[in-house]
Amino acid sequence: MNARPTPGVPILRLGDVLVTGLLNELDDATVVAFTEELTTRITADRARGVLIDISRLEIIDSFVARTLMELTTMARLLGARVIVAGMRPPVAMTLAELGLRLAGVETALNAEHGMAALGWHQSPRPSGEVPHEGTR
Amino acid sequence: MKGPGEYGGTGRAGTTTLNGRGPERSGAPAESTVLTVRTEQDLLAIRHAVRDATLQVGFSIVDQTRVVTAASELARNAYVHGGGGTIRIEYPTRPGAVGLRLTVDDAGPGIADIDAALTDGYTTGAGLGHGLGGAQRLMDEFEIRTRDGGGTTVTVTRWADR
Repeated sequence: MNARPTPGVPILRLGDVLVTGLLNELDDATVVAFTEELTTRITADRARGVLIDISRLEIIDSFVARTLMELTTMARLLGARVIVAGMRPPVAMTLAELGLRLAGVETALNAEHGMAALGWHQSPRPSGEVPHEGTR
Repeated sequence: MKGPGEYGGTGRAGTTTLNGRGPERSGAPAESTVLTVRTEQDLLAIRHAVRDATLQVGFSIVDQTRVVTAASELARNAYVHGGGGTIRIEYPTRPGAVGLRLTVDDAGPGIADIDAALTDGYTTGAGLGHGLGGAQRLMDEFEIRTRDGGGTTVTVTRWADR
């Protein structure tokens, strides 16, 4: 299997974690190609974790929801844990009203929390640096 | 390539007066539009058009998300089960409220058992079976008509208080 890179959806490797994100302008074909490429990369890079940032998604309909659930299942079968991070609150409300629970899909408030759950932690701050708030 | 000076010039002038942010609503109701549902690209174009329409009505961000999601489900139904069709976007009004109405029309085989089709988890295709029932819950009004000779029309409306 030789999945072609999905246009506009880079997949980065950080140690044994793959980091990627979905863009709002995804059509169905791109979503399917993305699933294929990600599963190929999990095997090729021997990834143990996958972080999918979805903070750019303005809606999640049942097609995208199904894709996320299938992706999670496929990754688990390949030995990797998927965390979907950064869902917008209106998207969460709409999904709940649609009756879609994203069963089996692990979520995190944002990419930082997701990476922490996958074993990545912030380096200690250099002494003397002023802490700042509100990096979006 | 266009030079930067060519953007934001004459291209936008005169076509529309909405500022894309709401909640300013002019008294004049906007014209209805009809889009075709033939390809996957059309599904994306419909999401854009419906998002713009929700901004024009002045919906909250949550209502915008509800309506665009419902539109996506219904358009996909027409594309997958109905072999394509059309979606009409209208701006109904009633005392004290403005709304957005979507009418999705397809020429597919029709729905044999509407009650079953509205039940979560029921599907005859590859989806999750939440499309129709979900769209019903996301909108204020929902009406579905299916004809013996084929074809299904779903009309949904969401209202925003002025």
